[in-house]
Amino acid sequence: MLLAFDWTQLAQQVVIGLASGGVWATLAVALVLIYRSTGVVNFAQGEMAMFSTFIAWSLVHHGLSYWGAFALTIAISFAAGVAIERAVIRPVERAPQLTVVIVTLGLFFLVNGAARWIWTPETRSLPNAFSTRPITVAGVAFSIQDLGTIGVSLAAVALLWLFFRFTKLGLASRAAALNPEASRLVGVRVSWMLALGWGLAAAMGAVSGMLTAPALASFDQNLMQPVLLYAFAGAVLGGIDSLLGAVVGTMLLGVLINLIGTYVNWVGSELRLPVALAVILGVLLVRPAGLFGRVAERRV
Amino acid sequence: MRRRTPGIGLWLVLAAVVLAAYVVAPRFVSDFHSRNLAEAGVFFIAIVGLNLLTGYTGQISLGHGGLMAIGGYTTAALVVHEHWRDVWTIPLAGVAAGLVGFLIGLPALRLSGLYLALATFAFAVAVPSLLKKFSGLTGGSQGLRLLESAPLQVTGLSGTVTVFGHSMTQNHFLYYLTWGIGLLAFVAAWLLVRGRFGRTLRAVRDSEVAAASAGIDLARTKTLAFALSGVYAGVAGSLLAIQSEIVNPLSFTFLLSILILVGTVVGGLGSLPGMVLGAFFVEYLPDISTHFSSAQGVPDFVYGAAIILVMLLLPTGAGGLLRRLARPLTSRLYLRP
Repeated sequence: MLLAFDWTQLAQQVVIGLASGGVWATLAVALVLIYRSTGVVNFAQGEMAMFSTFIAWSLVHHGLSYWGAFALTIAISFAAGVAIERAVIRPVERAPQLTVVIVTLGLFFLVNGAARWIWTPETRSLPNAFSTRPITVAGVAFSIQDLGTIGVSLAAVALLWLFFRFTKLGLASRAAALNPEASRLVGVRVSWMLALGWGLAAAMGAVSGMLTAPALASFDQNLMQPVLLYAFAGAVLGGIDSLLGAVVGTMLLGVLINLIGTYVNWVGSELRLPVALAVILGVLLVRPAGLFGRVAERRV
Repeated sequence: MRRRTPGIGLWLVLAAVVLAAYVVAPRFVSDFHSRNLAEAGVFFIAIVGLNLLTGYTGQISLGHGGLMAIGGYTTAALVVHEHWRDVWTIPLAGVAAGLVGFLIGLPALRLSGLYLALATFAFAVAVPSLLKKFSGLTGGSQGLRLLESAPLQVTGLSGTVTVFGHSMTQNHFLYYLTWGIGLLAFVAAWLLVRGRFGRTLRAVRDSEVAAASAGIDLARTKTLAFALSGVYAGVAGSLLAIQSEIVNPLSFTFLLSILILVGTVVGGLGSLPGMVLGAFFVEYLPDISTHFSSAQGVPDFVYGAAIILVMLLLPTGAGGLLRRLARPLTSRLYLRP
């Protein structure tokens, strides 16, 4: 007899997938922010987020509440992001793109090394931000932690979208990314807009890190490396220049990876990432600009 | 003003100097350091290969560590399962990785820039997991040990190697083997890029549309560049396996792909002589960084800072610097009033 398909399990797995996708989405949005303005993928984004998470851990350790540390860390990360752009990205603004990519790889080693230097490499943990009690919706038990994670990441992305859509500064930074020369002519300080993008990206990364850490029993300085892989893959799937695409892409990826890992025995946990990447490649071969990306048209 | 190309005499002198340096270098360094030099040679070969692809053809690859894994495992599997002599597996390792490189080149026809980066990145991430999955051939996460499973096939097991009646230590042999192949690979790359084929590659890099309208077959050129670059990576991976006498999935992580890319850009995209400096940079910088302080994280911190500093000071890599340094010299030599 065929086994009855367990809809409860499916719903739970989808929510778990959305929760991990939500955490990746905030980091993916950070990647998109920098890609839109600088034209490169920031390989150090995950390590910057990890560093922010360790700052948050120190604040909590010194007696702050989780949410107090959360807000303060975002502010610190924003300032650090701006500072990093001013210090190491601005000098290579006009250099070949691969040069900028290598600078971000250098930042990757530097930030990781700094974090292991400052905070010794023992594992540590952050308190749970949400109650671990499950709630039951329509007969299916969901964890509040998962739902809260999805909520916070979506709220962060929504705030960012509101900033870009409804403030003058947001408009200026979108203009600077789209057409630097014309923006400069109408008085936008394009270079500072890049720094703003790095600051916002660092802040989004901090959110991602602080949502990743409490879900784990313990974490160390390699916390964000897998997250960066998933965020990169999801952002490319959604179309690397679209905020909405980054969110939808990573959420889809989260659900996909979780369902494949659960229902396809041969794949198991080891091959989840390669299989997910293969699926993405399949999508990209049909839609080379990603799900929501614009096809770059060039005049030759 | 007429600009002459360097005469054949100058090239011969240069070739003689390089060859002499290659032959006598082990006399000036310890046995241990000639092993380090041999390791740098592996990076050199892989970096020259990636430069053909990224520097000359404009196709980025984050997956060269995966191609090196194909080469390394081809060698290890032939030695362990088929009992081949290790050095004779090198050409086959190159061919195997070249074929895989060709296959990666196929999706590259539709993808460019970032998407190609993702595709090759996916390959680099997938290879270690696949190596663990198919453990019958690859030994799973344990890997394959050349020395334990097939000691007779490992050259230099007894500590000395005799080549052409000339006896030398194993580390010196590895140095001569690696850099000998490295020099051949370098000359092959130089011959390739200076002629018609090199112009085709550069045309594709500079403008695909213009290249296509000039009658260049884009698909053929790109897949060929990937295959060629794969051959270099495969040979490098094979030499890595021979040097370390063991392969396992951890020898070929994503970090290896990153190091090769860093070496290529530091060496200078589109410059072949710069690649030597790129290889030394990648091989020796971690060692140098540990001299500052052995505290946790400090070597990585110094390593990252050095990469950033080099890029800020030399955005076009060592190759760009060499060109600038050589300009006053060459213009005086070749310009006639």
